[in-house]
This record gives sequence, structure tokens and C-alpha cells, in this order.
Amino acid sequence: MSTTTAPTAPTAPLTDARIMLRRNFKHILRNPVTIFNGAVMPVVIMLLFVYVLGGAFSVGERYIEYVTPGMILLAITYGLSGTAVSVNSDMAKGIINRFKVMNVSRGAVLTGHVAATMLSSSIAIAAIIGIAFALGFRSPATPLDWLGAIGIIAATAFGTAWLTVALGMAAKTPESAGLGLVPLLLLPFLSSAIVPADKMEQGFRQFAEYQPFTPIIESVRGLLAGTPSGGYAAAALAWCAGAALVGYVWSRATFSRRA
Amino acid sequence: MSTSAIAVSGLRKAYGDKIVLDGIDLDVPAGTVFSLLGPNGAGKTTTVNVLTTLTKADGGTARVAGHDVATEGKEVRSVIGVTGQFAAVDDLLTGEENLRLMADLHHLRAGESKRVVASLLERFDLAESAQKLASTYSGGMRRKLDLAMTLVTRPQIIFLDEPTTGLDPRSRRTMWHIVRELVADGVTVFLTTQYLEEADQLADRIAVLDVGRLVAEGTPDELKRLVPGSYVRLRFSQVAALDAAARVLPGATRDDQELTLQAPSDGSSRSLRTLLNRLDEHMIDADEVSVQTPDLDDVFLALTGHASTEAIAQ
Repeated sequence: MSTTTAPTAPTAPLTDARIMLRRNFKHILRNPVTIFNGAVMPVVIMLLFVYVLGGAFSVGERYIEYVTPGMILLAITYGLSGTAVSVNSDMAKGIINRFKVMNVSRGAVLTGHVAATMLSSSIAIAAIIGIAFALGFRSPATPLDWLGAIGIIAATAFGTAWLTVALGMAAKTPESAGLGLVPLLLLPFLSSAIVPADKMEQGFRQFAEYQPFTPIIESVRGLLAGTPSGGYAAAALAWCAGAALVGYVWSRATFSRRA
Repeated sequence: MSTSAIAVSGLRKAYGDKIVLDGIDLDVPAGTVFSLLGPNGAGKTTTVNVLTTLTKADGGTARVAGHDVATEGKEVRSVIGVTGQFAAVDDLLTGEENLRLMADLHHLRAGESKRVVASLLERFDLAESAQKLASTYSGGMRRKLDLAMTLVTRPQIIFLDEPTTGLDPRSRRTMWHIVRELVADGVTVFLTTQYLEEADQLADRIAVLDVGRLVAEGTPDELKRLVPGSYVRLRFSQVAALDAAARVLPGATRDDQELTLQAPSDGSSRSLRTLLNRLDEHMIDADEVSVQTPDLDDVFLALTGHASTEAIAQ
């Protein structure tokens, strides 16, 4: 490395991505709306469902056991709105051009957002799991089951984060970036996250059976209940890989085109 | 060739069927300030974007520090700094964190990074606000922070795209002062502006850009020589007086709306006395007499057939 201030600028994708992660994570911590959406909302919703609404649902087991995997999923999706807005405002403001003329590894700007999103998701998920245990959640899962569940949860966070980065890039304004995410935020409610699909009306039931969040939820639920299902896990991982791939390709393409 | 910081030849760029750059040739010697002057939409930002590798040109060649912008983007990017029209600072980071981010991305060592950041905060008078979020900064402070971020790596060639647009006069003067300091350090500055005074104040050479074409290039003095010399401007309160004066001063041009008459003059006391004596002989009184030397506004009008945006705004 050079000892002068002359630009050395070896492109170092990993270093750059780590610097971007730190920057984006600071953004998350400094934005009260993101903190509220990503961490407070899932907890509030969880308390709401467990104490207020859950008693009315008959799900064939204790509701806290049934709904915890669903709440983990909500913790992921609620955190995404902050990412979409922050990616979009990066693009809208001049800062992205600054990074582009600085030999910053181009992928690092994007991976930094994905990594920061996953970091904040893990904090929110840890909070949800902690609160679940405090509310009486018990699991017969073996450490291996836990590991599998964490793997699927991480894959879900990864896939949805890439998709969100792409949505944030493609949106014209921060407002439309937030709006573009609404379908993703609604999907868990139309899956077996909160009530079993077979309790839904005909059309919704079919939708719930085939949409990506159902195999994700069911595989995590199976693992945490100590009854893992290979079919659901495979489907879940396939959906996550697909989302990550689409998000990655789409956001890379938008990144080179815009600005 | 080694003395050219920027060499551009036949540069063309179109967006769809809208031609933005229509064959631009430029040569900027190292260590000088070059100003690209033109109204909104003339193609200034597009030129900067091409030269800084943000946009690909459709035709022509451009070399920055000897590197081709189309094929050696990485080499070009390692010697340039860019401060755009809209301050590219991170609002959710403090002033110091913004500078640290730049130092980190350029992979400066920790000790050096600390030193560079501290000296830039000091130099740009931002030390007091270093711990405040950039979102709380005024327009002038943001622009200063933006430029400080550009200078973290001591680039050889700095592109300033309308660096003072939207700034108050005091902040504008501060920016001018900073630009002059950069040049004193041997940096080459490529400056775009729509303010004629700014180009006049800072630039060694000025190129006038109008709808994608260069309509003139030269030193500020050379450009001023392109327009008719100085003149005396007489303002009247009545059309009758204007009529009478126009009759006795045949070479003058009149403006009926403003009730003014512009008579050619070299600005010397003798030519002024002759002119005033003539008015006196015919008992014509002007409300106001002023000697005008051409400024770049006149140059702009003469070259492009329309006034600059600054003149229109006034």
C-alpha cells in the first residue's frame, strides 16, 4: 500500500462492502421510522396476535408455538421498507455518482445494503425469539433443527433483501419505493403465518398454498416443532434463491443504467 | 501531450433524437482553470459526466490525464475528483463521518485518514460542525463538505459542476477562494457555470457552450474583445429627448423601451467631453450618463444571439 495520500484505489469488493455495511447500518440506527418498522412493529403485532386475537383462532396447538415462525417472518418483511427507501434515496441523491467516480467496487454499494438489512433483521428476529420464549414458547427442536431453521430464515432475509434493493433502485421516488414493497408486506398475512391456510376462503386458500411464504413458514415451523419437512424446506430454499437471483440481476442492471 | 490535463476531440452525445453534445473540442493545460460557460441545457453536465466516466459518449475521443475515458475508466477515476451540482453528501452521517467514509473507501491507513479528515475539517471551517449530521448543514456548508470529500485523495484534476448554483453571495465567494487555493497547489480545475462573473473571476480560459456546440473559446479578455468596445449609455426621461439625442449622435443605438441610447466611445475623458458637448449644443439633457465596458454578458449575447440565464433573471 502506498504511504502517500495519492489514490491507491485497488478495488477491494469485500473491504468496500464492509465499509458500506457500516454506513448503511448507521442509517438504520439513525432513522426512527426504520427502527420502529423493523423492530417495534413486529413486537407489537406479536403481542397483539398472541394476547388479543390469537385466542379466537384454533390452530391445533398452542398459538404462541404456531405463530412464532410467522412473527419471525414479519420481522424480516417489516424491516425491508427502510431498505427500499434508503436504497432509493441513495440513487436519487448525488451520492451514488460520487461512489461511481471513486473506483468503489460497484457491487459493494448493493451488497452493503443487503448486509445491513440482514444485520438489522437478525437483531429484530433475535428480539422476537427472545420475547416468544418469555411469552411461553417452547420447542422440542434439536440444535440441528434450530440450525436448519436459522438457515431458512437467513435465506429468506437474503432473498427478500436483494428483491427489495432492486425495487428501491427501480422506483422513481422514495414514496413509490415504499409503496412497491406493500405486496411483499402483505404476503405473510396471506400465507399460513398467522392462521392455517385451510381456515381461509377458497380463493385465498389456494393462493396461500402456492405462494412462497407458505413453504418458508411451514419449513421453519416444522423444524421448530421437531418435525422437519424436506419438501417444504426445498421449496423454501428454491423460492429464496430465485428471489435473490432476480433481485441481484435486476438491481445490477438498474445500477448501471441509472445516473 | 503530457501538458494537457484534458483533451477532447469531436465529442458527441445524444439522448434519443435530442443532440446534447454536437462535436466538442477542448484542450485544458495542466494546472489551469478551465470554465465551460453556458445556460441551462447547454450540455455542461453531460460534458462533465462523459469526462468523469459516468456517461459514455456516442462519438469522439476524450482523454483525462492521458487516459481514454471510454477504455481506461479506472485510471481516469483514480486521478479525478468530482463535485456535482447537487451536494453528494450523506445526510445521515456527520460531517466527519462523511469524510471518514471517503478516506475508508480510498483505503487510507487509519492514522493518515484521521490526519487528512482533521485537516480538511479545519481548512473548510467545518470543525465546529464536524459532529453534526450533514442534514442540519446550510447550503453553503454542504457544498464545502462536498468539496472537502472530493479532496480527501488529493486528486490532480477536479471537476466542479456548477459549484455555486443556489449559493448566497458570501458562500459563493468562499467557494471562489477555495478554488483559487486549489489552483495554487497545482490542481487542474474544470469548472462549469452559468454565472459569467464566476468564469471571469476564476478561469484562465473559457469556452462558451450553447445547445451542444462551442461558440467561442479563449481567455476572458479575448472573449471580451470579440464584442464591440466600450460605450456610453445615456438614459432619458422622455421620448422627445431620446429622439433629439439620436439625431445628433448618428452612430448610437437606441432602446425605446428603456429610453436609453448607447454611443460608441473609448471611455477616455476627451471622447466623453466631445459627446457631452454635442448634447449641450442642442440643449439635450440626459437623466443618467454611464460608461460601460463590455462584460461577459455582452459576449454571451453577441455570440449566441440570446442573453444568458443570469441576464434574463435580472
